Amino acid sequence: MSALPAAAGHQVPIEILAVRDLRKSFGGFTAIGGVSLSMSAREIVAIIGPNGAGKSTLFNLVTGHLRPDQGEVIFEGRPITGAQPHDICRMGIGRSFQRINIFPKLSVFQNVQAAIIADRGHGSRLWGRSADLFHDETMALLESIGLAGHAAATSGELSYGAQKQIELGIALASEPRLLLLDEPTAGMSARETREAIALLERIAAERALSLLFTEHDMEVVFSIAQRIAVLHQGRLIAEGTPAQVRSDPEVRRIYLGEGK
Amino acid sequence: MKTAAPGFAQRIPWLTILVIALACVPWMGSRFYTFLATDIVILALFATSLNLLLGYAGLVSFGHAAYFGIGAYTCAILMKTHGAPFIVGLVGAPLLAGLIALVFGYFCVRLTRIYFAMLTLAFAQIVWGICFKWNSVTGGEQGMSDVPYPDLSWMEGLPLVGSLRVGEQYYLVALLIVALCVALLRMIVDSPFGRMLTLIRENPERARFIGLDVRRYELAAFVLAGAFAGVAGALFGMFNRGVFPDFAYWSKSAEVLIMTILGGMGHFWGPSIGAAALILLNQQISAHTVYWSFVLGVTLIVLLFVFPGGIAGTAVAGWNRLRARRNGGG
Repeated sequence: MSALPAAAGHQVPIEILAVRDLRKSFGGFTAIGGVSLSMSAREIVAIIGPNGAGKSTLFNLVTGHLRPDQGEVIFEGRPITGAQPHDICRMGIGRSFQRINIFPKLSVFQNVQAAIIADRGHGSRLWGRSADLFHDETMALLESIGLAGHAAATSGELSYGAQKQIELGIALASEPRLLLLDEPTAGMSARETREAIALLERIAAERALSLLFTEHDMEVVFSIAQRIAVLHQGRLIAEGTPAQVRSDPEVRRIYLGEGK
Repeated sequence: MKTAAPGFAQRIPWLTILVIALACVPWMGSRFYTFLATDIVILALFATSLNLLLGYAGLVSFGHAAYFGIGAYTCAILMKTHGAPFIVGLVGAPLLAGLIALVFGYFCVRLTRIYFAMLTLAFAQIVWGICFKWNSVTGGEQGMSDVPYPDLSWMEGLPLVGSLRVGEQYYLVALLIVALCVALLRMIVDSPFGRMLTLIRENPERARFIGLDVRRYELAAFVLAGAFAGVAGALFGMFNRGVFPDFAYWSKSAEVLIMTILGGMGHFWGPSIGAAALILLNQQISAHTVYWSFVLGVTLIVLLFVFPGGIAGTAVAGWNRLRARRNGGG
């Protein structure tokens, strides 16, 4: 990573995330077999690949849920390889999970509020009522993800799409600079998917976020990704702009399916 | 939109009303009532301390009696063997119970679910073994009898309470200490820390990825629960006029677990209700039959099936249904 000279009126591409020769095996199975990837600030990058290609494993290696056998993860120039998930979260990486991963018995408000409390370092405070803590900030965040009207609802009882929005709200509460989204529109209806994409694009622009996401839905991928990396059997087989990836013969053969 | 606005029921100072009501017991004429009330308030604190783990953090401890026992022995040894004043015993008990909980908890929180529960049980049996065998300090199998009451002579000059028997005066002191501890526990569960515990209970994986060091939070809850159990143990030893290895035995851990579940671990007051229910049931049934433990067991099974959320959970659900019907009909 070389320091680039800052030019007036020119966006300086800062490397927000770098993954270098990452490897992870489970028993004899190589889930990730030497992946290197780099991402600039404010970039929107998609990782695609068939089931079992290693997409979720790669995410888990970045967010500290798994420890790599080899290789490095560097966030904003700092190595974070092998750090604990809670530390990585505090450094500025947010994450939403593939299956719904919220606090289902708490209200929508409490879900997001709790994440704000944790982020601001108030979680270990034994005094003072938590009920109205960070009320305005929580409501503002709910407003921006379109859930203000459901603040008092029990989160587990809402629709699938709304629960995904809550996930996003929880992830945004820690004010991350990099957001990892594992299949953000999986299981959504066509309409929910369109709304979710619009929401993600707006949030990323408003908050100057870098997005790294996995997705099955090619329409979603090609509509918002600026760059696409194709993972196959634990290795990156192609990387480039949507147009480049779309015309890559290897990708067409393995993943997109010839003749489609 | 305003969320979590305190409802009418929440604005009533329940704890104050309850303490005032309970403080009247010595004047109701029967020494036996005071005896029962002392038993109930002390065990209510014990059960409420367990519920910080069980109901709030979602940690099932099979060995909570260890900290009750440590508190009881610490206070008794300080006061009887070393002639220390009550306040020293009362402060020493939660300190040592909390310290031991810190050591044991350090290992326990590294495990989850049933493995966590089994390790708490194993540590508790170690505590019991030490109480049982360390004759020179704990009195071994015989325990320690004649644990002194605290010096309550200062109460003699006070109006109303000055003329009470010492057991009744002790009840009032125990009630005040329990009320203070319960108020502290209430503050803790309402605090941001308490909220973080409920997150860990609901979804530890997600809690980790909003930046919480889950083990540290669980350990903190374990230490706090242990310290409050220590206070309950100290009070119980004096009330019982003696401390015995049974205080730390697994059956004591089971008893407090039953109280908590019976009363309802989903509600702050559930464990206290459970403590009252179990002690009163026990006393009523044993007055009528020698097979009281059999009758008690059957009663508990029925109650657990009829009231799956515990007594408090059922009452709250019933109240909500009633209110919904009234609102819907009106």
